[in-house]
Amino acid sequence: MQAFDLIRPTDLPAAIAAMGKGRRFIAGGTDLLQLMKENIETPSALIDLDALALDGIGADGGGLMLGALARMADVAAHPAVRAEYPAISQALLSAASPQVRNMGTVGGNLLQRTRCVYFRDAAFPCNKRTPGAGCPAIAGQNRMLAILGGSADCIATHPSDLPVALAALEATVVMQGPNGTRRVPISDFYLLPGTTPGQETVLAPDEIITMIEVPASAWARRSAYVKLRDRASFEFALVAAAVALDVRDGTIAAARVALGGVAAKPWRAMAAEAALVGQKADGATFAQAAALATEGARPAGRNGFKVRLAQRAVARALGALV
Amino acid sequence: MGIIGAPIARVDGRAKVTGRARYAAEAAVPGAVHAVLVQSTIAAGVVLAVETAAAEGMPGVLAILTPQNAPRLADVRPQAQLVPNPTLQDATVAYNGQTIAVVVAETLQQAEAAAAHVRARYRADEAITEMGDDLADAYVPKNFRNGMRKPDSARGDADAAFNAAPVQISATYTTPVEHHNPMEPHATIARWDGDRLTVWTATQYVSGARATLARLLGIDAGNVRVICPFTGGGFGCKGTTWPPAVLAAMAARSVNRPVKLVLDRRQMYTSNGFRPRTLQKLRLGATPDGQIVSLRHDGFTQMSLGDFGEFAEPVGLASEMLYAVPNAAVTHRLVAVNQGLPTYMRAPGEASGSFALESAIDEMAAALNMDPLDLRLRNYAESDPHENRPFSSKALRECYRAGAEAFGWAQRPLAPRCLRDGDVLVGWGMATALYPINRSAAQATLRMGADGRVFVRSGTQEIGGGTYTTMAQVTAEALGVPVGQVTAQLGDSAWPHAPVSGGSQTSASVLNAVVAAADALRARLAALAGLDARQVQLAAGTLVGPDGTRLRIDVLLARHGLDTIEATAESVPGDEKQRFSLHSFGAHFVEVQVDPAIGRIRIARHVGAFDTGRVLNARTARSQAIGGIIYGYGMALLEKTEVDAETGRYVNANLSDYLVPVNADVPDIVTIFVEKPDRNANPLGVKGLGELPTVGVAAAVANAVYHATGRRVRDLPIRVEDVLA
Ligand SMILES: Cc1cc2nc3c(=O)[nH]c(=O)nc-3n(C[C@H](O)[C@H](O)[C@H](O)COP(=O)(O)OP(=O)(O)OC[C@H]3O[C@@H](n4cnc5c(N)ncnc54)[C@H](O)[C@@H]3O)c2cc1C
Ligand code: SF4
Repeated sequence: MQAFDLIRPTDLPAAIAAMGKGRRFIAGGTDLLQLMKENIETPSALIDLDALALDGIGADGGGLMLGALARMADVAAHPAVRAEYPAISQALLSAASPQVRNMGTVGGNLLQRTRCVYFRDAAFPCNKRTPGAGCPAIAGQNRMLAILGGSADCIATHPSDLPVALAALEATVVMQGPNGTRRVPISDFYLLPGTTPGQETVLAPDEIITMIEVPASAWARRSAYVKLRDRASFEFALVAAAVALDVRDGTIAAARVALGGVAAKPWRAMAAEAALVGQKADGATFAQAAALATEGARPAGRNGFKVRLAQRAVARALGALV
Repeated sequence: MGIIGAPIARVDGRAKVTGRARYAAEAAVPGAVHAVLVQSTIAAGVVLAVETAAAEGMPGVLAILTPQNAPRLADVRPQAQLVPNPTLQDATVAYNGQTIAVVVAETLQQAEAAAAHVRARYRADEAITEMGDDLADAYVPKNFRNGMRKPDSARGDADAAFNAAPVQISATYTTPVEHHNPMEPHATIARWDGDRLTVWTATQYVSGARATLARLLGIDAGNVRVICPFTGGGFGCKGTTWPPAVLAAMAARSVNRPVKLVLDRRQMYTSNGFRPRTLQKLRLGATPDGQIVSLRHDGFTQMSLGDFGEFAEPVGLASEMLYAVPNAAVTHRLVAVNQGLPTYMRAPGEASGSFALESAIDEMAAALNMDPLDLRLRNYAESDPHENRPFSSKALRECYRAGAEAFGWAQRPLAPRCLRDGDVLVGWGMATALYPINRSAAQATLRMGADGRVFVRSGTQEIGGGTYTTMAQVTAEALGVPVGQVTAQLGDSAWPHAPVSGGSQTSASVLNAVVAAADALRARLAALAGLDARQVQLAAGTLVGPDGTRLRIDVLLARHGLDTIEATAESVPGDEKQRFSLHSFGAHFVEVQVDPAIGRIRIARHVGAFDTGRVLNARTARSQAIGGIIYGYGMALLEKTEVDAETGRYVNANLSDYLVPVNADVPDIVTIFVEKPDRNANPLGVKGLGELPTVGVAAAVANAVYHATGRRVRDLPIRVEDVLA
């Protein structure tokens, strides 16, 4: 790790004003410090967001508001989240470990960098870190990496669980920068790698995520998150699925399906959603929809099994809702 | 039950969980500065130059050792148990992650920051980065088992018997590179006082570290003291004194300050050995009624192309003797690649070899349509068929029986895919465990005070197995005092010599020395009292004579003007190795649940039954058994060090991407000890337990997965994609 300055602003405008080249915001630090220890990130200064009072959790009939600095553990345990947005609580509880969830924030979780092992070792070239350097993962160890939305430059996945649930529940990310506040649907927040894998989200360097908004809905209440991995706990997803259904008299009125661990963004499976709506909420419908969830998949050398596995995760998650 | 065997809580447990147990990196050494390693990013070639100018100008930097400027060592020829390289003695690079520089700075942060600015220029040569399936260049080990065993053995005619056998199994199994991953990283603090060197280091062998440091640094062993009161796990990677300890001493001499060098987790994958990849070809031939007439085990294991010495994983030794097979052939070959030197890792040879052997036995049972336990019993070896000697003791049949009964093995349907729980497939598998009984010369000192307090001291190590506790227990029983009155001291090369805490030999070596020292102490007390040593006993602070009269020890000592009385003794192996085949045994019975739709494998139940001779402490013994079994789960389902084929660099050298089991992976484990003290092996009758419980676990799990799914997985670890429907 390289030496850095620590700046501790006490209000949002001061924090935004403090941002400059080579500087980084820090929330819980659980990801940023790992990257700094590996010399992947070498900021000259950290701007600590802790004192900005952005850690509130609020819920009313209209929806859920998660302050960006709310701890993962607190959000997961919140009664309203558990009752009205179970996929969010389940996704958070499947992430990391209790210790990490006590430190890590939901805003920081949205911005966690990929777990691609080449990205996290400065000895390897990596297009995401250095444009044009090359991507050793495409011909190398890519069992964990993308089967959807990858490019010739990068096949990294976004590793976080929470955003997958947020994608299914159509959350909005609220950001504040020098030019004011922006609200972006989570489906537009993440970018696919294309030829610029270093550009992962639409967030500008001097913008701060202040809040995540999740609209209340019948399907949010009937939602679930299933995460599949090698180890029983404390591991990133091989694949994951967040699903939500509005079922009326046994028929599906609305459906949301998102996949995790398969792409650089939470992957909305629109074809699977379409196959669910208007159908009976039963195993046969779920199996048909699940088979469509990975449409367009292009696995790398070692992760072909993830295509089938992702479909199974969808079927499992849907099955858990009825 | 006396004090020996009692389930006494670890005497050092409280210190460990409250942080008061001081590990190597925590020793308070005033004025210590910090060293950080810089490691290569190519797999083969030469370091043309290490560019240090930028780093040298950074705050706090005191020195940067490189192949160009590092002090020369006295002797860099590799020998058995002595790994002198890589220690910056030359510029060749033989693997990715080889140490090429050491940065020393006032603080750890400064040293780490500067290390990131050290750049190397290389001439990169073509590298063989992985041991693949091409075995054309395999060669015979030059120094197999340090010359104690032959790499190849044969009895009868295995090939002819195989060809004639009506039922044949022929299969290839592989196990990947695995790393020990002790919680405590390698750590050394080195301090010179003139030409005397004191080293605090994380080790399984304080006197081995002393010998290695003395030899490489060219100083007298009497001038080196190695201290290690606690080792935070080793599993074999702290048995040898690896280069970082030497580099710390070199750096300390260079900067004339005490130097602390702690490896980071990534460096723990490239600096202190690993379990090598193995490829094992098994051939079994049997008669239709299940007599195995031929067994052939050809083992190929990964070695290093570097000039670091030799290590051969002895995968076939168990195959030589576990079953009463008339025709057997075993070979060991090495395949050298551009990786570091492999080393001992918990049950080296037996753990990886038994995966192949005990899987093949299960395959044979399936081919014969026979219960796998019946097949093993049908071929039970009453004496060692390889060494042609009786066993010192063998209660394997009792382990099979007790384990099978506790598990309910008799209910097992013969065919796979018969047990289900809803959509989840259930499978039952078993395998045999075995491990040699080892013992080396060891010394111990006992000192008893007039106040009744006893100190027992030996230059052995506590690596997590409970040595402080068992030393105190054996001492207490031998001297007739409560355990609470005994203080055990270990982990200092200045103390009576003890062997490496490896090969599961600590109890058999050190505790027999403690017993011998107690005998010597009793003799000294008897002499003071004018009694015949053979006729006295010690009990509750008194000397009990042949007629039952009791003489208080404090009174006896006072009478002779003594505050304390002390005795040192050595215990050495006898001729038991010539007379007996020495092994501990066990059996694993495992239930797995496989959810084929999502490729999930979970271990649901486990019964492990062990013939480990005398049990010294029922509590620490169970803890060792559970720990060993969980180590086996890692091997079966999770652990694999992944190499980037292009660069030969490990890509998952951290505890996030290299998976070891967590609590959620572990079921309730039943452990059974078939307790039969083995006095043919050593006076205390202990057989050793550190490694035995790991052996066979991977095969038992693989066999259970087969029974659940009908799929035979021959390459470890068994993962989602192997069982996904
Ligand atoms: C061992 C381990 C295992 C893990 N396993 C999982 C897992 O299974 N699933 C999972 O989802 N996660 C997992 N994580 C990741 C963990 O959830 C994230 O590290 C955590 O959510 C990040 O939050 P933080 O507050 O610590 O972020 P930080 O590390 O402080 O920040 C991360 C990034 O976000 C930026 N940032 C943070 N907050 C803001 C903000 N409000 N506005 C703008 N930028 C901001 C920072 O500048 C930085 O670039 C694991 C982490 C560890 C260490
Ligand atoms: S997949 Fe992406 S992050 Fe990984 S090495 Fe390639 S470019 Fe870098």
